[in-house]
Amino acid sequence: MSIINIQAADVWFGRVQALQGVSLQVQRGECVALVGANGSGKSTLLRLAYGLVPPTQGSVALQAQVGQVQCAFVFQRPFVLRASVLTNVALPAWLRGASWAQAKLRAMQALGQVDLQALATRQARTLSGGQQQRLTFARALIAHPDVLLLDEPTASLAPEAKRDVEALIAQCTQRGMTVLFASHNLGQVKRLASRVVQIEAGRVVANLPTAEFFAPNASTDLRAEL
Amino acid sequence: MADSVLIALRLISDADPALWAIIARSVAVSALACALASAAGLWLGAWLGVARFTGRTAVLAVLGTLLAVPSVVVGLLVYLLLSRSGPLGHLGWLFSFKAMVIAQALLVLPVVVALTRQTIEDAHTAHGEQLQAMGAGVLWRSLILAWDERYALLMVLITAFGRAISEVGAVMVVGGNIDGFTRVMTTAIALETSKGDLPLALALGAVLLLIVLLLNAAVAGLKAWRERVEAQTL
Repeated sequence: MSIINIQAADVWFGRVQALQGVSLQVQRGECVALVGANGSGKSTLLRLAYGLVPPTQGSVALQAQVGQVQCAFVFQRPFVLRASVLTNVALPAWLRGASWAQAKLRAMQALGQVDLQALATRQARTLSGGQQQRLTFARALIAHPDVLLLDEPTASLAPEAKRDVEALIAQCTQRGMTVLFASHNLGQVKRLASRVVQIEAGRVVANLPTAEFFAPNASTDLRAEL
Repeated sequence: MADSVLIALRLISDADPALWAIIARSVAVSALACALASAAGLWLGAWLGVARFTGRTAVLAVLGTLLAVPSVVVGLLVYLLLSRSGPLGHLGWLFSFKAMVIAQALLVLPVVVALTRQTIEDAHTAHGEQLQAMGAGVLWRSLILAWDERYALLMVLITAFGRAISEVGAVMVVGGNIDGFTRVMTTAIALETSKGDLPLALALGAVLLLIVLLLNAAVAGLKAWRERVEAQTL
């Protein structure tokens, strides 16, 4: 059974149609990349999958939404509060019902996973861009998610920080998490994804295994476009 | 004129008791009024910045209108509430310190709510989705963003204090400008000028200007400090 199952979903923002009849199934343990031009609907699809945007038509069945699995979202531009790194990571656990002491304990464990434990007491806004993105990964990992949704998680990072974040994504996949991520970086897609979904003007125009998507005789013209 | 200025300066430098009593009363009334207004206004403004509900546009339109209500009208409303035949007449607060505090609190409440709402709404537009993804509902998003925007909200409070301490209409109507009891800087300036006693009016005017100048300097300083810190850390 698919862990994410989107069927013929339309999303309208006022008079603008962001997604048109999109269907997407993601199996447990898959790492699926969403590719496409700016404004094609990648971010909207991720938001739809997480439940941040309701479908205007169609259906979204994410097992996480009915409490069967945990789901976490990492955004392109990390938002960190004017507080310590530890507080920033502990907050989502506390908001979901953990005591503050328990939340901090779990936050330290999550910070260990992203190699930020040593900076736990630092003010989060004094971290570099790459460190802030790792912080948001820790924030996502604190919920022990089965599904990780990533919206261009390396788009605004320096090359070294990009490599760190890619390594984190690879670790998550190795641990059995289902990852659905949007990216413009085809090299990254090739390195991380097991399947590639191409979106154009709100429609899914290709949905292929990575090797097939990047095969020289592939029918898709995405690479030329990008 | 020159004599009046010299006497005014002497009143200030000699720490004239009558002058400083008026100044202290003014600061106390406005500070208490701002504390009351912010106790309600910060919460309400933060909630309005995040919550989406039917009729929100109408609420914001009313809020915008309240920003432009003249202080004498606020004074008149409080007067009607506290007058002997009014619904709160039994309290006996008309022409008292408390009446002035209530009037100024009502006057600056829309300022606090509107500016807080704008600050939090801007922050929510930028980061609300991420907080939502962390599991924060409307109330928690309001509170977390209010905490995160605390320096901007401090500027809101300074602005509200500036509005309160410089108004004359409301405190004149509900305080009555009673010497040694409800006379504050602005009402004293109005009275002394009409009497032709310029030195006290000038001294009070100078102190009022200095207070407003200090408030503006505090706002500018806070803004510059925030921008410097943000530039260093982002």
